[in-house]
Amino acid sequence: MRTEISTETLYSDFVKKVEEISEQKLLSCYQCGKCSAGCPMCFAMDLLPNQIIRLAQLGQEDDIARANTIWICASCITCSVRCPRGVDLARVMEALRLIEARKNVDHVEIPDIPKETIAELPQLAMVGGFRKLTA
Amino acid sequence: MERIGVFICHCKLMTPIDTDAVLEAVREKSGVVHVEACEDLCVTPGLERVQEAIKSEGLDGVLVTSCSPVLHEEVFRHAVTAAGLEAYRMRLVDIRSHDGIKENTERALEAIDSELEALKASQPPVLRKVPVIKKVLVIGGGIAGIRASLDIADGGYQVILVERTHSVGGHMIQYSETFPTLDCPQCIETPLMTETGQHDNITIYAHSEIEEVSGNIGNFKVKIRRKAAYVDWDKCNGCLMCTEKCPPRVLSEYERYLNLPKRQAHRRAIWVPHAQAVPMRPIIDREHCLHFTKGKCGVCVDTCPNKAIDFEQEDSFVEVEVGAIVVASGFDLMPKSYIKEYDADPDIIEGIEFERILCPAGPTTGKVIRPSDGKEPKEVAFISCCGSRDAEHGVPYCSRVCCMYLVKQALLYKHVCHDGQAYIFYIDIRTTGKNYEEFVQRAVEEDNVLYIRGRASKIFREGDKLMVWGSDTLTGKRIEIACDLVVLGMAMLPSEGAAELAAKLGIATDEYGFMTELHPKLRPLESSVPGIFLAGCCQGPRDIQDTVAQGGAAASKVLALFAQDEVELEEAAVS
Amino acid sequence: MTLSYYPGCTLKTKAKNLEDSAIAAMEALGMELVELPRWNCCGTVYSFAGDEELHQLAPVRNLIRVKETGSDKVATLCSFCYNTLKRADLLVRNNPDKMHTLNTFMEEEIDYEGDVDVVHLLEVLRDDVGWDAIAEKVQKPLEGLKVAPYYGCTLLRPEDIAIDDVERPTIMHDLLKTIGCNVVDFPYATECCGSYQIISNPDFVSQRAWDILSSAVRRKADAIVLTCPLCDANLGQTQKEFIEKRSDFTGIPILYFTQLLALALGLDPEVCRFELNYVDPRPLLESKGLLRQ
Repeated sequence: MRTEISTETLYSDFVKKVEEISEQKLLSCYQCGKCSAGCPMCFAMDLLPNQIIRLAQLGQEDDIARANTIWICASCITCSVRCPRGVDLARVMEALRLIEARKNVDHVEIPDIPKETIAELPQLAMVGGFRKLTA
Repeated sequence: MERIGVFICHCKLMTPIDTDAVLEAVREKSGVVHVEACEDLCVTPGLERVQEAIKSEGLDGVLVTSCSPVLHEEVFRHAVTAAGLEAYRMRLVDIRSHDGIKENTERALEAIDSELEALKASQPPVLRKVPVIKKVLVIGGGIAGIRASLDIADGGYQVILVERTHSVGGHMIQYSETFPTLDCPQCIETPLMTETGQHDNITIYAHSEIEEVSGNIGNFKVKIRRKAAYVDWDKCNGCLMCTEKCPPRVLSEYERYLNLPKRQAHRRAIWVPHAQAVPMRPIIDREHCLHFTKGKCGVCVDTCPNKAIDFEQEDSFVEVEVGAIVVASGFDLMPKSYIKEYDADPDIIEGIEFERILCPAGPTTGKVIRPSDGKEPKEVAFISCCGSRDAEHGVPYCSRVCCMYLVKQALLYKHVCHDGQAYIFYIDIRTTGKNYEEFVQRAVEEDNVLYIRGRASKIFREGDKLMVWGSDTLTGKRIEIACDLVVLGMAMLPSEGAAELAAKLGIATDEYGFMTELHPKLRPLESSVPGIFLAGCCQGPRDIQDTVAQGGAAASKVLALFAQDEVELEEAAVS
Repeated sequence: MTLSYYPGCTLKTKAKNLEDSAIAAMEALGMELVELPRWNCCGTVYSFAGDEELHQLAPVRNLIRVKETGSDKVATLCSFCYNTLKRADLLVRNNPDKMHTLNTFMEEEIDYEGDVDVVHLLEVLRDDVGWDAIAEKVQKPLEGLKVAPYYGCTLLRPEDIAIDDVERPTIMHDLLKTIGCNVVDFPYATECCGSYQIISNPDFVSQRAWDILSSAVRRKADAIVLTCPLCDANLGQTQKEFIEKRSDFTGIPILYFTQLLALALGLDPEVCRFELNYVDPRPLLESKGLLRQ
């Protein structure tokens, strides 16, 4: 099956929303891959960060939703700091998470977290994690 | 009573305006006796319309709304003077604008008003005929400066070539082999350097810098500082026996400060850069010479058969008068320390350092070793775009030559280390010259150079190896390579001191320090000051082919100027 | 000298060792950290959303609390709190319309006008106390202790809030050298530990922790020194598993910079609360003769 690219996909509501929330121009990215190269969590990602922003450029919302990338991202901001085009990719990742989260979908099941873990971890892990990964 | 004609050009490419409104408004202006709108004023039929109107209406002033005055002025000047109108009584009105018709029209009317006033107030320019001194100053003895000097000298005119280091040759002579022919630059450039040194019409001031410049086209006065070499170059015969006995070992700027085992790349305090130096004359580095730092030694004095050592020597000055200047001050590479995510490590080196290692005439005689331990690296990573194409942390432009020289280095490395592996991290492969693309494919197919598409994010040492963190954007994999040596394709910058030189010459530079040409497409050889021409990388990154072509082209500009005995200048242009 | 101090939730519970050692050390240096009254949770993570300001309320309200005390500067110990408060402050300083929205919403509060400076304790030590002044007060230089300073993310990224050079920071290096430690560089000093992923993907954080810990061990560090309670948990807790499963790993103590500072200033080791550290550092410190008073 061929992926359709047209003005509909390139200027879809999804793309507009991503750019609105992130305040970034997606097309500035020239796919150099430096973000992926420095990402601490990408060993666990289905798709690399640069592939995610490429899919966003092409308006491919479903492919992004199917990958685990944005939920594995630890918001370390290394990508944004090193990007030669000044694209704040961390904000794009956050925008993609927010679009999903605002559909009222959680990406961590709180009841599934073992009680011992909650007891042992500093509360900033919980607060931070719930803010990033849940609706 | 004035009789001014106003011509509104409205070709398809012109900024759209409400032509009728403009015609109507201009018709009312005092002094305007003729108004017309024409298509394509800048070509012969249009120009003939203007000439006709000048004659039939007895016009004594002409305004033309046009696009670029820089590119059109000459054309209209010739046309009106041929019709009997003095050139200063013709003015171009630049009405280029990008807004809607209403705003463009308003702007055009404002511009016309302003030029009309200027035209009415215009006075005949005071012209001065300046004799052209048929001697040229070439600043920079790299391949651009050498080509320009030889062409002008062969044309029969005197050339003064000023070179900051103590040998001509520039960066080209430092390279191992040049792409795509794999010529040895020492072999191909040395004959040109020798010819430059021996040419009757060329005087080389090496180890010299430009101190002051004044004057104008046809007559520039230049003061040249000849830095003290502490060696009398007239007595010296270039035998170099002094360099054999000199005790200190110093990291050499010519060898890019490479610190190799057994100090193979070190120089002495008295030194020449290489065996083909022109002039073949040493200098003493005061900061490392034992005589200057500790009051001791003097071995060179004893060794020199011609008693040429002169510790008392001082800087001296030469004043010359020239009719034209060619700037060929060249380039430098961005320091690797600018990229902080790549560690400061002896085995992470920049392109020209690796050239010196690969160079058969270099400190290792072409044996490929790595600086930390002298071992042959079995895996080498080449990183493209270090500092280039990076508006955030470096320079936004592409440095043009790195794609080619990195693959050339990879190929040469493989030719020496048959069981070695080269990896090139790239974003794009820019192979725009003749045989460049074929060269890359040869490296890939015959020498198994592996291209990995993705910038390297971090490079650090792990024991004996250097870890390169990259990504392969094509397969979507995060890549880690443990290699023995890393070569960085650092960005090209104007050579150190270019900004100061440009200030002395009074020529414009861009925000990166590259000298600005008068028009990027059509006038690439002229600086912003008439009579000062540009050649080579001082203007922007380019390879040897384009540099040589530009050196020759700059020479032709000078020869065209020298074909005249005088130039006519408006008083304001004379300083 | 007094300085307004914002603790944040974790400092009061899991990172009591960071708080206690910090307050004691600063007192010894002549500075009293005065806890901000009525502070609220900063929200932990800065909200990147460009289309809403809701999550900026929590951090900005804390800055209003600082203003209420009559102060124009607040120091934090927790790296996350530093990052969140500082970025929220920068956001409203650069966007007067967002500042206006927040002030209008918090109508019962006084207006915030970008008039409070947020600093991390390391900056206070470098800029307000000074390395020389600290050196003078060192009673027990921590000689023989090889430490690897680990900065993590939140003190250095993004660039506009960084307390030091983003790629090659030296601020913790300088402090540790001042108190006599033998400082060891390692390539993972600014690499992320995995952060909040510990609650959703603990295995991945485990892998990250191993990369960081093993790198420090390869560089022959005796201990890792850090600033952030989450890094502390991620690098500390995961060690149990590594010690069990890997014969070549016996654990590496993780310490807060304030604990070592307090020790070097000659304070009673009790204030350092070493018993709260995930990997007990006392055997190591004892072996270097650094626990004797």
